[in-house]
Amino acid sequence: MDPNYISPFIASVQNVFSTMLHLPVEVGEPDVKVEPTPTFDVSGIIGMSGDVTGSVVLSFPLQTALRVVSIFAGAEVSEKSPDFADAVGELVNMVSGGAKGMFQNKKVAISCPNVVIGAGHMVARLKDVPCIVIPCATDAGKFVIEVAIQERPANAGQVGAMAAARA
Amino acid sequence: MKILLVDDSKTMRNIQRSVLSQLGEMTIEEACDGQDAMSKLSSFQPDLMLVDWNMPNMDGLTFVKTYRTKNKTTPIIMVTTESERSRVIEAIKAGVNNYVVKPFTPDLLSQRITETLSKLQAA
Repeated sequence: MDPNYISPFIASVQNVFSTMLHLPVEVGEPDVKVEPTPTFDVSGIIGMSGDVTGSVVLSFPLQTALRVVSIFAGAEVSEKSPDFADAVGELVNMVSGGAKGMFQNKKVAISCPNVVIGAGHMVARLKDVPCIVIPCATDAGKFVIEVAIQERPANAGQVGAMAAARA
Repeated sequence: MKILLVDDSKTMRNIQRSVLSQLGEMTIEEACDGQDAMSKLSSFQPDLMLVDWNMPNMDGLTFVKTYRTKNKTTPIIMVTTESERSRVIEAIKAGVNNYVVKPFTPDLLSQRITETLSKLQAA
């Protein structure tokens, strides 16, 4: 994957967390994910389509997600509440939307977010697209951004980004 | 002042509601997508709308275009993650009066609401 597609996600996650949650994000060294391995307990997933296709996942251990959501929502929210998934979905929406806005001269659409909750779940992605894991640390705990995107070949048809998840 | 919040995220609508509560007495109605907003408009005539772009069933841009065929004056602020210049232009052409990119600070949203309403009163 073109490394130029990674820095927008780093900038965007730092912007979203500092603006909406007043939570600085320390970003570690991005690495290629060895598939198939589970993500954390709570994953917000967004598909990208257009000039760039693939998926973006924000994945949190449950305790981190509970802390992050309570800061974002301004109240304690149980993982069983629909508001919990709503908040996680809106976070991945803002991170993905902010990142795609930094792609140079690309027309990209993002899907509405899906959220998977459950230990040991795996996210199935587009075949042959490497997934880059960006480790993030905050005072609320650790989480990762998983980016598996590629530029659409010039002769490709309309290919929608699919991010199927199984718990 | 009557405000319609159109966003598929309840968390985001709550944040917007909290910003609006600082601006004075408001009657706030909420819709979870463009289709829901269209149905709410039959019984609720807002003085201002805050509209997200990416939503299921009917997205914000389609909603604005549909609404503007019937109503040219009620101000609409698009509140969205869509930050590309081309998207902002597309939204303004569709009839949006002001634009806020998510993530936003409460101060920024508050400022955009105030300036949108001031322009309306001055017109």
